Amino acid sequence: MLTNILSISLGAILINNFIFSQFLGCCPFLGCSSKVDTAAGMGLAVVFVMGLASAICWVIDQFILVPLGLEFLQTLAFILVIASLVQFVEMFLKKSVPSLYSALGIYLPLITTNCAVLGVVLLNVQNNYNFIESVVYGITGGLGFMLAIVLFASVRERVAFSEYPECFEGFPICLVSAGLLALAFMGFSGMQIFG
Amino acid sequence: MNIKKQFKEGLITNNPVLVQLIGMCATMAITTTLFNGVGMGLSVLIILTCCNVVVSAIRKIIPNEIRLAIFVVIIAGFVTIVDLLLKAYIPALSDALGVFIPLIVVNCIIIGRAEAFCQKNSVGASFFDGVFQGLGYTCVLIIMCVVRELLGSGRFGGGLIDIANGFRFTLDGTGAGIQIFPEDFGASILTLPFGGFITLGLLIALMQYALKRSAKKKAAAEKAAQADKEETVC
Repeated sequence: MLTNILSISLGAILINNFIFSQFLGCCPFLGCSSKVDTAAGMGLAVVFVMGLASAICWVIDQFILVPLGLEFLQTLAFILVIASLVQFVEMFLKKSVPSLYSALGIYLPLITTNCAVLGVVLLNVQNNYNFIESVVYGITGGLGFMLAIVLFASVRERVAFSEYPECFEGFPICLVSAGLLALAFMGFSGMQIFG
Repeated sequence: MNIKKQFKEGLITNNPVLVQLIGMCATMAITTTLFNGVGMGLSVLIILTCCNVVVSAIRKIIPNEIRLAIFVVIIAGFVTIVDLLLKAYIPALSDALGVFIPLIVVNCIIIGRAEAFCQKNSVGASFFDGVFQGLGYTCVLIIMCVVRELLGSGRFGGGLIDIANGFRFTLDGTGAGIQIFPEDFGASILTLPFGGFITLGLLIALMQYALKRSAKKKAAAEKAAQADKEETVC
């Protein structure tokens, strides 16, 4: 059990990093990474939402959808759960941690359309994870996202001061630097955990 | 005339991926073979067109405050339909694209078009918008696939074209494609995630270069026209 959890977490953070090897969550990764501070805040919020969404969606899937034979409604049910969860987190933060709420701004509601969140929930179902494995996969997947976005934000802060061809202005230079980071992360793919 | 303008916008001047910069996750993730690219592009095209028509048809009766929730439910409905159809009729495609078919729900292209276009325009215009934006998306996917597949493994049309028994198209993803140069000479790194980022980055850079050039040309032409006018006035 413990080795299983360890291999899931290391896999989600490093080897199958959500951004660099599965391309899940690229939009906020590229859109919200111009400063390290906001990137870290975004990463934290995503960790939280991914962990919670994994737990809730697992319960809904196992106790409502599967017994009723409604598995084909998974996508629809999950996206509704995620949307209401994000709304709930937003209200909670506004009341109790207003500083983080104002720092995240528009990016908080946009977590709904972060494909990493829906992706992790769907992958949990696909891989037949049990409750604990799902939650661990959700949280560590979020941590992997956070690691990637913080690393990338610090790279971007440097790139902003360097010279590059005019037509690479904006997104293209980000994508190229993200590609180089992905190359670095590929180094982990040779790692084998516990056979 | 309007349709012509929409066509140009969808494919070039307002291309969803290259200019609006949305819907990039899937663009980078699945463009490893032509089979995946065409399949994904057409799925998005169908879903986008259906959603556009429905959203535009009910645009006057949805309350403004909960419109996003309604859009998401409509999109999720169509995505589920397409997902089930693919599982039933083209299982190979469903396997190859995996989690990225249900993830069309959170593809910004669809919700973006619903929010930016269909809310304000008639059903007919929204229909054509869906078709052309979908075509623009498909074109980008095809370009990415061709580049990555050709340079990565020296092949063209993997999964889609079968030349073992004469030239024909396959829908079960078994066609080996046309080998243009030996696989050993290919830069296989292009078929890995790194290749996705780099290829898309270079493609967008190329697009920005082209758009800037045409804008410059237009400005120069306008200036010349104005100079002409002034001369005649004099």
